[in-house]
Order: sequence, then structure tokens, then C-alpha cells
Amino acid sequence: MGLASSAIVQTVLLGAALLGAISGMLGAFAVLRRQSLLGDALSHAALPGVCLGFLIAGGRNLGAVMLGAFVTGALAALCMMLIIRRTQLKTDAALGIVLSVFFAVGVVLVTVIQGQGGAGSLGLMTFLFGQAAAIQPADLWIMGGVGLVALGLVLALWKEFKLVSFDPDFARAQGFRVTLLEAVLTVMVALAIVVGLQLVGVVLMVALLIAPAAAARQWTRSLGAMVGLSALIGAGAGAAGALISATTRGLATGPVVVLVATVVVILSLLLAPGRGLVWQAMAARRARARISDGRVLAALQSVARDHDDPAHRVARGVLATALGAMPAPARLAALERRGLIRTAHQPPDPSPHWELTEAGHAEARALSGAPAEPSR
Amino acid sequence: MREDQLHEPDQALHVEDLTVSYGDTPALWDIDLDIPPGVMCAIIGPNGAGKSTLIKAALGLVRPVAGHVRFLGRPVAQMRGQIGYVPQRHSVDWDFPTNARDVVEMGLYRSLGWFRRPGRDARARALAALAEVGMQDYADRQISQLSGGQQQRVFLARALVQDAPILILDEPMAGVDAATEAVIIALLKRLRDAGRTVIVVHHDLTTVQSYFDWMVMLNIRIIAQGPVRETYTPENLRAAYGRHLALIADPAGAAP
Ligand SMILES: Nc1ncnc2c1ncn2[C@@H]1O[C@H](COP(=O)(O)OP(=O)(O)O)[C@@H](O)[C@H]1O
Ligand SMILES: [Mg+2]
Repeated sequence: MGLASSAIVQTVLLGAALLGAISGMLGAFAVLRRQSLLGDALSHAALPGVCLGFLIAGGRNLGAVMLGAFVTGALAALCMMLIIRRTQLKTDAALGIVLSVFFAVGVVLVTVIQGQGGAGSLGLMTFLFGQAAAIQPADLWIMGGVGLVALGLVLALWKEFKLVSFDPDFARAQGFRVTLLEAVLTVMVALAIVVGLQLVGVVLMVALLIAPAAAARQWTRSLGAMVGLSALIGAGAGAAGALISATTRGLATGPVVVLVATVVVILSLLLAPGRGLVWQAMAARRARARISDGRVLAALQSVARDHDDPAHRVARGVLATALGAMPAPARLAALERRGLIRTAHQPPDPSPHWELTEAGHAEARALSGAPAEPSR
Repeated sequence: MREDQLHEPDQALHVEDLTVSYGDTPALWDIDLDIPPGVMCAIIGPNGAGKSTLIKAALGLVRPVAGHVRFLGRPVAQMRGQIGYVPQRHSVDWDFPTNARDVVEMGLYRSLGWFRRPGRDARARALAALAEVGMQDYADRQISQLSGGQQQRVFLARALVQDAPILILDEPMAGVDAATEAVIIALLKRLRDAGRTVIVVHHDLTTVQSYFDWMVMLNIRIIAQGPVRETYTPENLRAAYGRHLALIADPAGAAP
């Protein structure tokens, strides 16, 4: 039987891709609104709800578990709002407190359920780190439904969401219902988390929200492109992770999905044109290659002139700023061998400085076309 | 006082008994304030005097403990479309993935109403507003790649595109180059001469007299308010800035 034709694998593949797309799309807004931590707190706060759903339903019942997760998640969000509004604590502190308290309660409940033993306690572990194989075809309908609602809202309220994400004060001054719009965005993130619980688990779910968005930001120049690419990356990571874990015995789907997404983030941080580290290093290299001997000498001379001191020692940072990039060490060494510049130290600063020699001053003048001054 | 009745309709901005506090320290204490229409008004005061808080409270962005605010006699909720607001530049993340024209179009979102997207008309108006601040060549530039002064001009264009009779700007000249400052002031003066009311949080005492014709001095309480000619006096400046004034401006040169 071919791998892709296996019904279970198909279900897992589709579910992971759907989840990735949903959380990628919503995660883009969460990242732009600097609410990545909120997603983390919400997903950890879902754990006690999962356990309560377990206890009340008396076993692994997806409906009860999702409802429980949503309720405690919402409760956690409410607590955070109250803490921020009623106390002097900052947002990150409030998030940290709520996250740890709710997660601690969840862990206690997990121990209680495991103490009871039985088949049920095994199923519970799947919600900590996810278990994709447990996914049922019927679950796909729930995911698809959540995905459609989220997509519909994002399309309908596109400009409102954009404005609230970029400048909520301005949005409020314009009379938009900012609190309502922010609540809608937050509730949708909570929904995505609940949907993702059994696939990725409460611990890693936040990575699936943030990673695709962080990667997409590197490559895009508009909100539409970023949200779209983020959804695509999420779907791709979900599908790839599901396939890898299906073909390799003993690899849990959730962590593999998150690892795939993380690799995409790392590649994006390194390679994206304009924003990637490698790209920027190459741009700096090109700038450095364009610096001629003449420009180094002219820069040193102009700084010396500013200081009214022909023997002024120019610091590394000053030279780099004047030229737009640091000249290659080999080029400086060559100039020094030709006797045009001299390395010097300017105590107490331990880094090297450079000064023009007399020959260097003459050469700089000659290169700039100024008449040679009579030497003193 | 009923909401649909006009209260002090002859003032562009009327503030009465306004008190705002964050936690238990008051940021604004019992503010009474009137700014007539058609003036260019500076709001000055030292750092932390509550200038931004005053503007945010007037616009309904922070909830006052007490007091009320009227624009041309109406509560701010009825005046949303008629007040252009330029927040402090550092209040947003300029790494947001968008370009200058898109930001300016945000000034039109309100008039579009729910669900509708900006179209060709909005684009044309945004480009015109960018041209007014001398930024027409940067319409498609990523906002993260604009200089501070250029970002400030984009923010100003976003308020201009609304064509509002009242403009409120929070430190539009902070950290901008001289060219941008000149462009902004010339534009604001033109708007004032066309009958708009322009209210500017301003940090540079040395330029108050040349830029503005009305001023409000603030340091948690109101220190003084009125025409610049009568209000920019050494006594008032000292009352607002205390002993540190000598570091900021020479009060001896103030007021003829
Ligand atoms: N969101 C806030 N939470 C708590 N305190 C604040 C907040 N915003 C401003 N403040 C405080 O209120 C005072 C006035 O601030 P602000 O209005 O920004 O002053 P200004 O704009 O004149 O520099 C300051 O002491 C500031 O620390
Ligand atoms: Mg301020």
C-alpha cells in the first residue's frame, strides 16, 4: 500500500496542513501586534481545560476537551486583562504569572488523572505534545470550519485588522471599535490553539503561530503578502512534518512540524533578500570592495582636517562611518606598506587607529586634484 | 447637560475639570482649557508634564477620572471624522510590512466604512496628500526604509488626507531634520490661514514665538494659556519649567 494512499496518513497530512495554514494566517497578526507571548500563555492555559474536559467527560472526548481548553484559555486572557488594568504590573509580567499559574494547575490535574490510571490517562499525554495519529476524519471538518471562519473574518475586516495592528491609537481616534477588533483577533488565535492541541500539543503550539509569520516577514513587503506567505509556510511545514513523521517510526508529528517550521525561519533569517544576514553581509562586502585607496586616504585626510591636526589618529568606527563600510584589512595593510598611512594607538582606547603620513597627505591631495602645498 | 446640546460651541477645544491618573499618581490635575477656532496653538511643558496624556484624554484614548471635553461644542464621539490626529512617531512599529501610500490611505478608512476596501479614489487622494508634504517620490517606499523626518511627514499626510477642520499633532518636530521641520511648519501655517485649528505638542521653546499664535503651558496643572504674545513671559516659563529653565531657553529674551 502506497504511503499517500493510506487513509490515516492522508487525514494527518490534511489536518496538519490545515492547522499550519490557519495558525500561519492568524500568527502573522499576532506577531505584528507583538502578541507572540499571549499565544504562548493561551496555549499553556489550555492544559487545565483539557484535563477538566477529561475528568468531566470521563475519558478522551474531543468535544469536551476542546471546550475545556477554550474556556480556561478565555479565562486566562480575562485574568491577564484584569491584572494589566487593575495593577501596576507590565504586560509581560502579567503574561508570565498567568501562564505559569494555569500551567501549574494543569500539571497538577495531569498527575491526578494519571494517578487514577486506566486507558484515559494515556490519551491525556497526547495533548501535551500532540499525537497526530489520533486525528479522526471528522476532526478535519472542525478544522476546516475554523479555518473558513478565520479566513472570512480576515478578508471582511482586512483594513480594520491592518489598522489595529499598525496603530491602535489612531484607529481608536478614528472611532473604530478597537477593543472589539482586538478581541476578535485574540479569540481567533485561541480557536487556532484549541484546534491545534491534539496535533501539536499545548507546549509547542505557540511555535506554529510565530514561526511561519517570522519567516514570512523576511521575504515580504506588504501585509497581504506576509499573511499569505505565512499561511503557505505553515501549511507546508504541517504537511512536511506529517510526511516525515509518517515515514519514520517513533517520531511524533507535532515536534517534527515545529522543527520544519523552525528550519524555514532560520533559512529566512539568513537568506532573505534585503533583510537576511547573509544578504546583508554580502552587501557589506560589495560596499567594501568599492572602497578605493583614494577614498580611504581622502576620508582620513578630511577627518584630520576637521580636527586641525595632520597627525590626528582616526578610530576604526569613524573610518567605517565616513566610508560607509570598513575597508578590507589587506587594503589598509597595503597602504601602510606603501608608507601612506600608519597604525597608531590612542590610549586608553585599545583598538587600532590610523593616521596619514606626510606622503599620505601628499598622495591624498594629488588624488583629489588639489594643488600640492609646499612642504614645510 | 444633554449629549445632543452644544456646550461651548465657540471653542475649537473646550476642556473642563479634566483629571487623569495612571494608578494613583495624577498625570493631569483639574485642567480647564479653551482653544478658539482658527489658531495655531502650542502645548508646551517639560517631559512628563502630561502633554500626550492631555491629547489622548481629549481624543478619548485614555479615560479621565473626571471632567469633560468638547470639540466645537460636541463630544469627541460625534466629531471623529473631523479631527486629524498625528500620534508621536515612536508610538508605532515602523518595521510593519507596508509602504508610505498604504499608511496614508489609513486616514481614509473611517470614511470608507466597515468592510469596504480603499480603491482608486483613495489612492489618488493619498498620493495628493503625500505630494503636499513633499513625499510624492516615496509613495512605494517601505516605511522601515524612510528617515525619521520622512516617517513624520507620512504621518502628517495620513492626517491631512482626512481634510479635517481640527488637527492635533503630538511632537511632530521631535527628532526630524531642519528641512522637514520647515515643510511641516509652512504646511501647518497654511492650514491655519485657511481657517483650520492646529494644535501641536511642541518641545522647543525657542521656536514657540515664531511658529505659534496661541499657547497652553502645562505641568500636570495648567500654568498659563492664551495668545503667545501675552503668555510667553519669563514668569510663566519659570512656573512651568522651574529652575531648569536656564538650560532650555533664555527667558530674558521672551516677550517684547
Ligand atoms: N500608559 C501609562 N501608564 C502609566 N503612566 C503613564 C502612562 N503614560 C504616561 N504615563 C505617565 O504620565 C505622565 C505624563 O506622561 P505624558 O503625557 O506622556 O507626558 P509628556 O507627553 O508631557 O511628556 C508621566 O509621568 C508618565 O510617566
Ligand atoms: Mg509626550
